[in-house]
Amino acid sequence: MIDIVLLTFLVVVGVAIVRVRNLLAVTMLTGIYSLLVAILFVLLDAVDVALTEAAVGAGLLVILMLATIALTTRKEKVHAARQNAVAFVVVSVTGAALIYATLDMPPFGDPEAPAHVHLSPRFTQDSPEEIGIPNMVTSVLASYRGIDTLGEAVVIFAAAVGVLLVLGTGTVRRRRRSEDDGEEAREQP
Amino acid sequence: MEWLGLYNYWVVVALMMIGFYIVIAQGNLIKKLVGLNIFQTSVFVFFISLAHLDGGTAPIALPGVTAYSNPLPHVLILTAIVVGVALTAMGLALVVRVQEAYGTIEEDEIHQQDELH
Repeated sequence: MIDIVLLTFLVVVGVAIVRVRNLLAVTMLTGIYSLLVAILFVLLDAVDVALTEAAVGAGLLVILMLATIALTTRKEKVHAARQNAVAFVVVSVTGAALIYATLDMPPFGDPEAPAHVHLSPRFTQDSPEEIGIPNMVTSVLASYRGIDTLGEAVVIFAAAVGVLLVLGTGTVRRRRRSEDDGEEAREQP
Repeated sequence: MEWLGLYNYWVVVALMMIGFYIVIAQGNLIKKLVGLNIFQTSVFVFFISLAHLDGGTAPIALPGVTAYSNPLPHVLILTAIVVGVALTAMGLALVVRVQEAYGTIEEDEIHQQDELH
């Protein structure tokens, strides 16, 4: 029952993010949204995912967005209504198609769903003995799918290098420009 | 409660469409990244909902427990969350650069400036 309330809350926060024009408020709502998702993950038995979502979504992401807003602007400008109407139609049609697709899904939590009968028993039954740790998520993450996790680390490294390159060159250029301006100002008199 | 069996998936669709709408209808680049983030999170909720099992428990081995949630989607989403925040960080860095180059992060104003030059 409580997860139905939480899911409804998620939609409410999502609509609020669409409506609010103050980017600082949007950032706060994003943090609330991530926290709600994390609580939902706990209720759905995904504790490791909930920890990551709370730390990354409600913590790191909010800090990154606050830094960006500090460097750019706080207010969003309002746009023409015509474009929004077209977007609304596109979104509604896509949403209706997806809802239609969910009618073929197995009900939530169904033990006979294909996701639970095919591969899951192999990992839930054998991995504690094979790997030797009780947490199956950890054993899949670090052992069965270790290469995948290495790829994840490569992605994070690439993103860090990318952020440094994108922001670093700008800073250097600005510094050079201000140095050039300073020299010109000195030469002119 | 039979009719609520698909409620999780409907909320996922609603959230996904909210994110989609923000990405295509709103011009502020930071807001677009927030929309992308909502879209992404809806997919996370979808996977974790799929992994849930009635009467199951968290996938940590306990003596006497036989029914666990499916750990495989959990691992997939764990990776996706971290990769997602790396991508968002990259996007926000690009937004800061756009602000430096154009003096604005509104999409239509950037287009106007491009047409002038």
